[in-house]
Amino acid sequence: MYLGKVIGRIVCTIKDSSLESRTLLLVRRLPKGPVVVAVDAVGAGAGETVYVCRGKEASFAFLPDEVPTEATIVAIVDQVERQLP
Amino acid sequence: MIIARVVGNVIATQKHASHEGKKILLIQPLDLDGNPWGDVVVALDAVDAGVGDRVLAVQEGFSAMTSVGQPESPIDAAVVGVIDLVELL
Repeated sequence: MYLGKVIGRIVCTIKDSSLESRTLLLVRRLPKGPVVVAVDAVGAGAGETVYVCRGKEASFAFLPDEVPTEATIVAIVDQVERQLP
Repeated sequence: MIIARVVGNVIATQKHASHEGKKILLIQPLDLDGNPWGDVVVALDAVDAGVGDRVLAVQEGFSAMTSVGQPESPIDAAVVGVIDLVELL
């Protein structure tokens, strides 16, 4: 899993039926990584820091629904306590 | 599995139910010389590790879920050991 910031959303009219009513958000990996499209499992919104689960496990967030996703937002981060290097 | 250093804690109120009650750690992967490589990873804690500890971490779903006792949940990384010693032979 990794930290990311929600920077946008994607709207698809035609999509897999199991993606219907799911929110697709654009998440940039922090500090300055690539952008991925992730399915939201927790109600995240623009500008929020989140963490993203990737891989097959990402779809387990929606069980028993089988959602075809390889990245899911599984938490909204309130605070990061980072040790100084 | 990778060797990593725990560099921080993540606090999240709103999260998937399977992550509730678990400590969420920020870990920095280390090479054999102890130098950091790659980006920090968010991992659930299975062994009560803390900031500053050198740890053993998994980045694969089945092992991560099993170690924190949450099968079939969205967890792809976990800290599964606190390293006392690395000995090169």
